[in-house]
Amino acid sequence: MSESQIEADETVDARGAACPGPLMDLIGKIRDVDAGTVVLLLSDNEQSRTDVPEWAEEAGNELLAVEEREDHYEFYVEKS
Amino acid sequence: MTEDIVIVGGGTGGTVLANDLADRLEPELDAGDVRITLVNDDPDHVYKPVWLYVPFGQREPEDGRRRLQSLVDDAVDVRIDRVTDIDTDAQQLRYHEADEPIDYDYLVLATGSTLAPEEIPGLAEAGHDYYSEEGSEALREELLSFTEGDLVLSVVGTPHMCPAAPLEFVFMADDWFRERGLREDVDITYTYPIQRVHGNPHIAEWARPIMEERDIEIETFFNAESVDPASETITSMEGTDLDYDLLVTIPPHRGIDLIAEAGLGDKGWVEVDKHTLEAEAAENVYALGDTADTGVPNAGSVAHYQAGVVGQRLASEIRGRPATATYDGKTLCFIETGMDAASFVEFDYENPPSPAPPSQKLHWSKLAYNESYWLTARGLL
Repeated sequence: MSESQIEADETVDARGAACPGPLMDLIGKIRDVDAGTVVLLLSDNEQSRTDVPEWAEEAGNELLAVEEREDHYEFYVEKS
Repeated sequence: MTEDIVIVGGGTGGTVLANDLADRLEPELDAGDVRITLVNDDPDHVYKPVWLYVPFGQREPEDGRRRLQSLVDDAVDVRIDRVTDIDTDAQQLRYHEADEPIDYDYLVLATGSTLAPEEIPGLAEAGHDYYSEEGSEALREELLSFTEGDLVLSVVGTPHMCPAAPLEFVFMADDWFRERGLREDVDITYTYPIQRVHGNPHIAEWARPIMEERDIEIETFFNAESVDPASETITSMEGTDLDYDLLVTIPPHRGIDLIAEAGLGDKGWVEVDKHTLEAEAAENVYALGDTADTGVPNAGSVAHYQAGVVGQRLASEIRGRPATATYDGKTLCFIETGMDAASFVEFDYENPPSPAPPSQKLHWSKLAYNESYWLTARGLL
C-alpha cells in the first residue's frame, strides 16, 4: 500500500525506460481503461516529474498523487 | 556436434547479423561445427527508408526490394518460412512449413515492427502513411494531385520506425509545395503525442524553430483517439479536433504476436538487457533492432550496430570464451530538412544528439547512403 493510501487499479512499470517512454506507456494504458480507473505509473526518469503532470492536466485526467521512492517515482492518475 | 544459430527476420538486423556471423565463424562453418539459418517470411529483403520518397514521386517501392538470398553469404541457410511457435525452455521452434519442431542452440529475434492502424477507430479507412509499400503508393496518389487544403501529419503512437521521418515528411512537403508555388494554398499541421515535437528533447529543440519559421502548425499533446472519415476530422484524447483534407499518420506499431506468446515481452517487443541484448526471460535468446526493447530509436543504424554486437557475442559463446561486446546505444540518422537539404545526428546512451546545420552536402550524403545500403546488408559497409 502506498503512503498516499490510494489503491491503483492498473500498474505500468516504466522503470528503466528512456524519455518519453514512461509518459507514452502511461498514455497507452489510459487509452485502454475505462473512466474512473486509477493507473499507477512507476518511473525512474526525472523528466516524468514534469511530463506526467503536464499531460494529465492537458488531457483532463487527474493526477491524484506523486510519491517519491528511493529509486523511482510513483504517479497515480485517474482517467476522467 | 553442430551448434545451430537461428535468426528470425531478414530485415536489416537479421541480414547484417547473418553475414557478420558467416564472416566471423567461417572456420566453424567450413568444419560443420556451426549452422546458421536465417528465416524470413518474404523472399525479398525490404529497405524501408525508400518509402519516404515514394509519395513525392521520387522513388519506387521496388527500389527498396532485393532477393534476400542474393544479399546473404552462401554459408548461411536462407529459409523462406514463418516461425509459428517458440519454446525457449526446450530451445525449439516450429516452422509453418515443417511438421516437426526444430532445435536451436542460439536464437536471435529480429522480427521488426508491424503497423496496427486498427487500434484507432477510423484510422485504417481515412489515414495515409508512408510506413508500408502499399501505404506510400496510396499516399502518392493523393499527394501528387493535392494542390490546396489542410495537410495533417499525425504521429499516433510511439515507438515507431525511424523517429525522424515525421519531421522529414513535413519539412519535405513544405519545401515541395513552395517549389511548386502552392504553399500558400496548403496548410501543414504536425501533431505529436507529448509536449515536444520529437521524443528526444535535443532534436525537438532543434526542429521546433525550423517548423515555426516555415509556418508548419504544431499541435503537441495530441494523442489521436479517433478519426471520422465522413467529416474528415481527427480527434485527440486531449479533446482537440483537427479538420483535414489529407491525413498522413504514423500508425501505432507493434511487434509480432509470437514474442508475447513466447513470454519474451509485451506488444511484440523483447525485454532485453540494453547492453548485451540478451532476452531477460530466456537463456540463449537475443533480440535486435526494433524487436529489442532498448529505448533507443527504431532505426536501421541501430539494428546495424546491434548486429555487430550480437555477432561478436555469439562468436565468443560458440568458441567458449566470455562474451564481452556490448551495445552502447549508438544511433546515427540523416534528417531531411527539405527536398535538397538535410541534417545529421549521432548519439548513444551517454551522449545526446546535436543536429548538424542542414546542408545540401548532407542531403546528398543521405541519398548516397541509401544507394550504398545494399553493401551494409551484405555486411561490407
